[in-house]
Amino acid sequence: MTDYEIEEHEYDVLVIGAGGAGLRAAIESLAFGCSTAIVCKSLFGKAHTVMAEGGMAAAMGNVYEEDNWKVHFRDTMRGGKMLNNWRMAQIHAQEAPDRVLELEEWGALFDRTEDGLILQRDFGGHKYARLAHVGDSTGLEMLRTEQQKAASLGIKVFSECTINRLMVDKKTNSISGALGYWREKGNLIKFKAKAIIIATGGLGKMYAITSNSWEGTGDGHAMAMMAGAEMVDMEFVQFHPTGMVWPPSVKGILVTEGVRGDGGTLRNSTDKRFMFNYIPEMFASETASTEDEADSWYEDHSLGRRTPDLLPRDEVARAINSEVKAGRGSPHGGVFLDIASRRSPEYIQKRLPSMYHQFKQLAGVDITKEPMEVGPTCHYAMGGIKVNAETAQSSVNGLFAAGEVAGGLHGANRLGGNSLSDLVVFGRRAGKGAADYAKNTESFLPIDQIEIDKAIQNMMMPFDNSNGENPYTIHKELQDSMQKLAGIIRTEEELVQMLSKVEDLKKKMLSVTVEGNRWFNPGWHLALDLEFMLTNAESLVRAAIERKESRGGHTRDDYPEASKKFGEINFIIKQVNGSIKVEPRQSDSMPDELAELFKDK
Amino acid sequence: MPLVDLKVWRGDDNGEYISYLVEYDEGEVILDVVHRLQSTDAQDLAVRWNCKAGKCGSCSAEVNGKPSLMCMQRMVNFTPGEEIIISPMKTFPLIKDLVTDVSWNYENARKVPAFSPKKVDTDGKHRMQQVDIERGQEFHQCIECYLCQDVCHVIRDHPENKDNFVGPRFFVQIASVNMHPLESASQKPSALYGFGLDYCNITKCCTEVCPAGIKITDNAIIPLKERLVDDKYDPVRWLGRIISKGKSGK
Repeated sequence: MTDYEIEEHEYDVLVIGAGGAGLRAAIESLAFGCSTAIVCKSLFGKAHTVMAEGGMAAAMGNVYEEDNWKVHFRDTMRGGKMLNNWRMAQIHAQEAPDRVLELEEWGALFDRTEDGLILQRDFGGHKYARLAHVGDSTGLEMLRTEQQKAASLGIKVFSECTINRLMVDKKTNSISGALGYWREKGNLIKFKAKAIIIATGGLGKMYAITSNSWEGTGDGHAMAMMAGAEMVDMEFVQFHPTGMVWPPSVKGILVTEGVRGDGGTLRNSTDKRFMFNYIPEMFASETASTEDEADSWYEDHSLGRRTPDLLPRDEVARAINSEVKAGRGSPHGGVFLDIASRRSPEYIQKRLPSMYHQFKQLAGVDITKEPMEVGPTCHYAMGGIKVNAETAQSSVNGLFAAGEVAGGLHGANRLGGNSLSDLVVFGRRAGKGAADYAKNTESFLPIDQIEIDKAIQNMMMPFDNSNGENPYTIHKELQDSMQKLAGIIRTEEELVQMLSKVEDLKKKMLSVTVEGNRWFNPGWHLALDLEFMLTNAESLVRAAIERKESRGGHTRDDYPEASKKFGEINFIIKQVNGSIKVEPRQSDSMPDELAELFKDK
Repeated sequence: MPLVDLKVWRGDDNGEYISYLVEYDEGEVILDVVHRLQSTDAQDLAVRWNCKAGKCGSCSAEVNGKPSLMCMQRMVNFTPGEEIIISPMKTFPLIKDLVTDVSWNYENARKVPAFSPKKVDTDGKHRMQQVDIERGQEFHQCIECYLCQDVCHVIRDHPENKDNFVGPRFFVQIASVNMHPLESASQKPSALYGFGLDYCNITKCCTEVCPAGIKITDNAIIPLKERLVDDKYDPVRWLGRIISKGKSGK
């Protein structure tokens, strides 16, 4: 084969991904004295974190003094349908408030209470108003704050650089480095690293209607699994109930849950607040049964039970789906989200400025005067790399993961606001975990040249192929079929169909053909991302077939109820001799003092 | 679907505009049409994008000469039959097609002073009033699309100024640190020297193109200029500087 020139670097800790988790991890690793670098696919500061809107959940008790980590822990577990890794949920609830204060210490300007403290807003599934926020652009605030902190510390950033393979020393099952390419020129780059932190975010780009950007191709999920790491809960995908549905340019783009947190309600075509018809037994005792009760809850949480508009996301997404199917949808196939008739224009513009502009500029809708049209959009992967709760280390030595790419914290369904706090709580832990590991590792492991050659050959294949399909067509076919066959409501028959579709697309991928050369060529980049998307699609579908029940972000029309048996099982997905295997594993049970929190309530 | 005549810059500095007829829907934005072109007739067309909702600032370009985000330009706002010319941002070196080398901005980001906060209250918390942080929150809305840098004639027409001028985006960042209610150190006017504030002659071009609606000139640049000038021409401070220079023996 052709000899390719490869640029080489060495770092104690290499962080892949420059979103909220990757940045926090890099800052921590550097603080422990490790040479640290960040690699990211986009320009620095463009990570998907900037799209997060509503806020960052942390039981600070600034609005409701009764709030504390135990309540947050309980909400998180119940929202996740009890399938969460309890220890991660506990750590998350305990450490989130400190991470909010840390961001403030680094310059973040959260909205304030009248006493000058950090204001907190209501969100789905959270008992108390708990989300620290900046209007409806909290993710931007978090990312920019961390970005400026990282810049002030001089952390080396390789931006517009894509990692394509992790390198593992097979004898010791330990990470040795990574291989990738610069997007600008397409030239190759190799990193030797003692520890690697995967913080690559989500995988939603395998669906047609998604809130994810081009980056959400699940590179980290797939690369870690190919490197031998165990994955967990891959069947659970969150469809955010409120994405824009019209016009076509914005289909799938997120509409913050903050709209409902700040008083907005969902209505169908008959103007009925339909969520009152969809209150599941698990939440019945804590949910308002009349519109009056729900409205007084907004004024003061002691005056009533919470509105069903703020049930966990999986419940709301399914309800919207049912309303549309029953023919009670809005003109463009969604439902109505109305805040105009419930709050003053000044209030709406103040609390939801970016929603106001988004609808005004992109849909010609004035949300202070008319309702929005919304529908479910693929938003978040609950599943991911299985990690140790304390250190964030995966089942491969020296390979760590944090943020959306890691699995466990959110169980079967993530509560809104728990993602931003996840990023910094476990980003920090992964940074420390990786730094500890790197310090106890004397020398860099050698990288197997045969693996490098194989990877390079794979990367260049789309240029060597001829007469294959183009990557855009294959991608679209994957998106359309995942949307249709493995979306919100699933059946065995369709999942099996999807599996053979994946096999079919994998064959097409082997002959995928791109135009042009390696010089900033998005067609080639997409061709390489296809492998990751198809790998993840297969993991997801295989696990979804095995989970013969409905729970959280996994709804089976052929098994509509949650089952006790599956309620104690997490599915582990791993690659064995090149093929993907799924095995059930008994979930860890929580200690008595935590189990106590779920009794008599 | 109707067709639009899209004229797109292809290649590097030696490239050229190439015309394409591309299908479009009225409910789409320019970026959708560029993506359709990319998935059909120009598969290696280089273009940056991420969020497609005006929040990440990646898809900056010049559409019919106007610096703008391609994801916020609705097709419905163009006259049917109108030719649409898409060019890369002019102020930055061209890499390929619509992608430019914006690394100069990242170098500037490392030059501007970092935030250094006051001590927390005795209960471990900071207190700030909403009214005192609103200006800062306005500055924090910056999505780093660099359209303000692109349109700024100090560097657009005079690249040689790039060594001495950080540009509107970083005046906003300096202002956001400088006016942060908890900032302790860089509020000293001396922290404002060396960024080329005096090059700006407040033509407000940056404010006009800002997709985040930040009043860059009025709220960031002019107040910074005033602080700088206050310091430089304040007779007491001037005298103070003379005396302290004398004491240090210089």
